[in-house]
Amino acid sequence: MGVDQPLGDNIITTSLDALVNWSRKSSIWPMTFGLACCAIEMMATGASSHDLDRFGIIFRASPRQADCIIIAGTVTKKMLPVIKTVYEQMPEPKWVVAMGACACSGGVFDTYSVVQGIDEALPVDVYIPGCPPRPEALLYGLIKLREKIMKEKNSFGNAIGLGERLEPAA
Amino acid sequence: MTDMAENNRAVIKLKEKYASSILDIKEFRGEVTVTIKKEDVIEVCKFLKENLQYNLLTDVTAVDYLGNDPRFMVVYNLYSIPNKDRLRLKAPVAESDTTIDSVVPVWTTANWLERETYDLLGIKFNNHPDLRRILMTDDWVGHPLRKDYPLQGPGREPYKGRLS
Repeated sequence: MGVDQPLGDNIITTSLDALVNWSRKSSIWPMTFGLACCAIEMMATGASSHDLDRFGIIFRASPRQADCIIIAGTVTKKMLPVIKTVYEQMPEPKWVVAMGACACSGGVFDTYSVVQGIDEALPVDVYIPGCPPRPEALLYGLIKLREKIMKEKNSFGNAIGLGERLEPAA
Repeated sequence: MTDMAENNRAVIKLKEKYASSILDIKEFRGEVTVTIKKEDVIEVCKFLKENLQYNLLTDVTAVDYLGNDPRFMVVYNLYSIPNKDRLRLKAPVAESDTTIDSVVPVWTTANWLERETYDLLGIKFNNHPDLRRILMTDDWVGHPLRKDYPLQGPGREPYKGRLS
């Protein structure tokens, strides 16, 4: 740490980083994007009984407005270019959640047409096991993502164009 | 051949008109299957549709009998809406010449069904209006439903079962 922090690592910058991180983790806007049965579970998590809105997690219909993509389902090789395009259209900073066994590892689809884990193509921040994961599991994963965002360094410096955003080591 | 296939209305007519095209007639649990030479597929299909009212082509597919000659069998599942009966038509296709005439001129629905068969099994349909892949990506190499296609795709170490 501190490799590329032009503003230094002092009480002023860490407080500003904390402010930026807090605002980011409190308004994770995921892309409305579902691929398979996990998407149904993702919708259930967004619906009233689990209610993602209370974490400021609001699904956005455009990648331009989203800063998180939940890979909810089986990624086929035919779908991969589409996912890559959507991911590239999202503005920085952006996070990726691999939801379910398929997105994590290909799951039961150990076959020619399925990507064996979305981490072959995108940088995954949180892996959520399950087939499909229950809404509680997705919530837990998103809370883990909030914790991870909170640990990021130089997020203020990066926001004003000074240095790279430093993600915590896994 | 059982009585049921013997008395099937399509079998009776086909034996009258296309005796030289028929390779085999089979009946299993009430389902009648007629195997014909692939050269005559268009003519027989036209006859079945126009004269015997098999107006619905429910599916076109193929089976890979790897190790046998002919290796492939193209299968047409027909249904007659006015007569409420089914007929299965099969035509053998050899590995050395994986072509067969397209039945799109007879049933338009064959268009996408034949594209699927081409995509997954590599049967080429002559005179097809638009013979492209339909399920796999355009740049895909190989035909995944062939029995000699590696299940986990080319370039991957095949799964050998649990080692522990």
